Amino acid sequence: MAFTLTMPEVGETVTEGTIERWLKQPGDKVEKYEPIVEINTDKVNVELPCPVSGTLTEILVQEGETIPVGAALAQIETAEGEVPAEIAPPAPAEEPKPAEAPNEKAPVAASGGEAPRAEAAPAATAPAADGRDGAGERRRATPRVKRLAEELGVSLAQLTGSGPGGRIVEEDVRAAASGGKAPTAAPATTATAERAAPAPAAKPGAEEETVPVTSIRRTIAQRMAASAFSAPHAWLAMDADVTDLVALRNAAKEAFRQRHGIDLTYLPFMAYAVVQSLLEHPYLNASWAEDKIILRRRINLGIAVATDRGLLVPVVHDADRLSVTGLAQAMHELGEKSRNNKLQLEDVQGGTFTLDNTGAFGSVISMPIINLGQAAIISLEAITKRPTVVAGNAIGVRSVVTLCISFDHRILDGHQAGAFLQAVKKRLESIGPDTGID
Amino acid sequence: MTAIKGATRTFGLTEKQLLDIHYKMLLARALSVRQRILQRMGRGPMTFSGEGHEGAQVGTAYALRPGVDWVFPYYRDVAVAVTIGMSAREILMGFFARADDISSGGRNMPSHFSHPKLRIVSGSAPICTQAPHAVGTALASKLRGLDEVTAVYFGDGATSTGDWHESMNFAGIHKLPVVFVCEHNSYAISVPWRKQAAIENVAVRAEGYGFPGVTIDGNDVLAVYGAMLNAVERARSGEGPTLIEAKTYRLVPHSSDDDDRRYRTREEVEEWSARDAVAAFARQLTEMGALDDKRETELNDRVNEEVDEATDQTEKAAAPPPESAVRHVFVETEGAQ
Amino acid sequence: MAEKTMIEAVRDAMFEEMKRDERVIVLGEDVGQGGVFRATEGFVQEFGEQRCMDTPLAESCIVGAAIGLSLNGIIPVAEIQFADFSHPAFDQIVSEAARLHYRSNGTWSCPIVVRTPYGSGIHGGPYHSQSIEAFYAHVPGLKVICVASPYDAKGLLKSAIRDPNPVIFLEHKKAYRAFRQEMPDEDFTIPIGEAVVKREGSDMTLVTYGMMTHHSLKAAETVQQEDGTSVEVIDLRTVSPWDKERVLESVQKTGKALIVYEDNITGGFGAEVAATIAQDAFEYLDGPVTRVASPDVPISPYSGILEDYILPNPEKIAAAIRKLAAY
Repeated sequence: MAFTLTMPEVGETVTEGTIERWLKQPGDKVEKYEPIVEINTDKVNVELPCPVSGTLTEILVQEGETIPVGAALAQIETAEGEVPAEIAPPAPAEEPKPAEAPNEKAPVAASGGEAPRAEAAPAATAPAADGRDGAGERRRATPRVKRLAEELGVSLAQLTGSGPGGRIVEEDVRAAASGGKAPTAAPATTATAERAAPAPAAKPGAEEETVPVTSIRRTIAQRMAASAFSAPHAWLAMDADVTDLVALRNAAKEAFRQRHGIDLTYLPFMAYAVVQSLLEHPYLNASWAEDKIILRRRINLGIAVATDRGLLVPVVHDADRLSVTGLAQAMHELGEKSRNNKLQLEDVQGGTFTLDNTGAFGSVISMPIINLGQAAIISLEAITKRPTVVAGNAIGVRSVVTLCISFDHRILDGHQAGAFLQAVKKRLESIGPDTGID
Repeated sequence: MTAIKGATRTFGLTEKQLLDIHYKMLLARALSVRQRILQRMGRGPMTFSGEGHEGAQVGTAYALRPGVDWVFPYYRDVAVAVTIGMSAREILMGFFARADDISSGGRNMPSHFSHPKLRIVSGSAPICTQAPHAVGTALASKLRGLDEVTAVYFGDGATSTGDWHESMNFAGIHKLPVVFVCEHNSYAISVPWRKQAAIENVAVRAEGYGFPGVTIDGNDVLAVYGAMLNAVERARSGEGPTLIEAKTYRLVPHSSDDDDRRYRTREEVEEWSARDAVAAFARQLTEMGALDDKRETELNDRVNEEVDEATDQTEKAAAPPPESAVRHVFVETEGAQ
Repeated sequence: MAEKTMIEAVRDAMFEEMKRDERVIVLGEDVGQGGVFRATEGFVQEFGEQRCMDTPLAESCIVGAAIGLSLNGIIPVAEIQFADFSHPAFDQIVSEAARLHYRSNGTWSCPIVVRTPYGSGIHGGPYHSQSIEAFYAHVPGLKVICVASPYDAKGLLKSAIRDPNPVIFLEHKKAYRAFRQEMPDEDFTIPIGEAVVKREGSDMTLVTYGMMTHHSLKAAETVQQEDGTSVEVIDLRTVSPWDKERVLESVQKTGKALIVYEDNITGGFGAEVAATIAQDAFEYLDGPVTRVASPDVPISPYSGILEDYILPNPEKIAAAIRKLAAY
């Protein structure tokens, strides 16, 4: 079998060699490991051992010639089976034991570590804020401020910075998010932004008035449209007799105010009933993801809050862990923050179900639009005294509330939504003077 | 078994042991040669041959107790490694930088021998940094009241380093159970002894540190063995350190990257070749009646078979997985802080 | 609980560990008579000369012998008299101690502690004032700790002695007797690699270690009182491996990072902290990542006037805080 002798790499940094002297001639026999040729390199002079036994048949490079590493030097005829198999680099061994985390502080990779990713995109995704305006001029804003602008859906291009050198600072972004103009000279440490409503740009005598859209309005519009036009909405309503609940609340509200400093409304009771019912009906706490339904493990209840800037939906995270009192406190705090424009990013992120207090402005029945990405939304309408059939066939006056649920018919069917609503209704109807709320 | 003839002192060694010494010298020689050849064939980037040092290395190592006594070799000590008990396979695994290389898993250069069970301690490349380690280990033996000897090996160039002098001093102060073995081959790569030191024999330096030094013919393996026996006895009986200077010669270049024709003559190399320890011992054994052509052939065949088999196995053995490069920076234990 | 100075805390840590584990010994120059800083006061009387051993004046051998001891059943705590004198042992620390475990594929290990007083501000001149943590923090396989408080010193020195890896333990000499702190009676350790927030704040994160911790706390107090600026001060304590998570978490909160270190600014360890913050907390930054350190001048000249000119102090740190706060 023919074997080609090639120039090996005989030393570190050696790339070529010159044939000094052939120690064998064509026709000579050669043993494995026997020196066959002398080669000069700039580092060392070497006698090259032959890797096989056989007969030298042809010399391919003459004495005095220079060849690179890997070049063919000679042909050797070996006995069958003499030629060594291609010495391919052997496959690496299996890691002897599972890669136990080394000392936890030891770095895994030499290259720069991954930057920690920001929190998952918040529920209120807004168009990404670009630091450049139409003319391509970069606006000065620190990374932190750019990030905030992106989260709150503020376009930096439209802002004048009130910071040093015209830099856009955090206050400018927050002010823009709340719909007000950025203050022209705001000291860095004070934070309240003005809340001027956008002035209508009216042409005198025109038949119509054009009102510019604030970014918050734009965001609401986008999300509502996206929700309404992507999720097939279906709707159910049920009446619940909450006479006993009303009695409880009236009896407890004074003491509650004394003790906790805030009002006891019907909303925390509703929230409580909703959240406890969600535990039993997980498909109501879910998202549609084209080919799958994602059931959310945590119950983060969004509470729709009306502010003069627009609808905000701050979130009570892990609402199922709170009592009625706890919910009341949490919702009060979020309400305050919403009205005073003090909401943080985490306050509006992560919601899995929404409760809308439509009763607050007198509605007795409504068809809310599902918060984009959720499975359903429930509304607490106004509690009204109504004539109802009681005890057999008599007529009595009871406090009644209509519970309304809009649901995404891709995820849920009517009976599931109905079962859930039933659970909420039953819970509300079972609240009475002896119910503990702490 | 034939009675051992002749006037050669054999220090209580049996014929079996003498042949074992010869075998180890042959095996070490064959491993040096094989690695040199493999390197020239492009199978590995680096090798350090021990050809010429077999007498000094086997003679001293044979007087140690493998797995009890501590050994700190340097990169030329393939015959020490073989004598203490490393196999041809274990040594060639290091040449090919395989995953299961006991010395370092392919992380250290070849010939940086390490074998925890045999108490051969992993070393580095900076010269003589192992000497302070050796005296530390010897101190521990003393503090713990253990019957252990430490042997540290190095060349003549090493005796110029700060670490060597500091260690000799330290050993002398504490009368440590350590033997300093200098394989004096008169060259530190290309720098000859006369440019390395102002004295003829390294051994005289020991007196400056408070203990004896002996100069011996490193190519007379039995003489080396005898000197080492003395030194080990001194160490074990609490008398302290000894410096053994074994005069020998490196028959090949310093490493696969060295061309010794640039700094020494072929005549000198041939002169020392004629005094080669392996051949000299074979002659001695023949004179003693312990060795004949048949036995010699048998031994050589055994050695060649062992080296060929080891080469085959290690050529095919697995390389370390690339991602294992980041392991063992720190001790991997749970709860390690 | 008793109040202790840092040198007492160091001494107590070693004493208690030597009582707890008979394998632990200390060695170094002058340790027999108690050590030039009294770190080993009374040790020979308690443990004998074999466990509190005077060495010859040979730093490379001190560390090298410690390595050898650790291979054969001893846990050595080697004292180098001043960090400035550790350089002859650099090869043993970097080529040997740091690499023994790695180069032997995990089969040998080196559980030694090399402890030494470091740092400036005591009119020590150029050879009793150096900071050496940057050299060793750069070397994989070593742990490097810098303490300037009694509690930290005791808890971390114990951890260092118990750690199976080589640890370089740097004690800021200016802090040896300057403060007292309450110490728990019972045995306690502090995990290596854990930083501590020594002052909470919301406007800026200040990362530091060593004596600069004390200076930074003073500066933070000043700017709080005078400007209402709230600075969070984090003492790394362990320089390598350092507590990235703690620092990044803080910078995410505050948006501004100031790193203060006594060493020369170029290539000092604070530069590594700064680079990491700039890379991994970029989106949270509201101002440039800034360092306060000594200029690139040998630390430190003997004359007090010259020394004070070079070293960071509370006033210089406060000025840097104010500048960054105003950005």
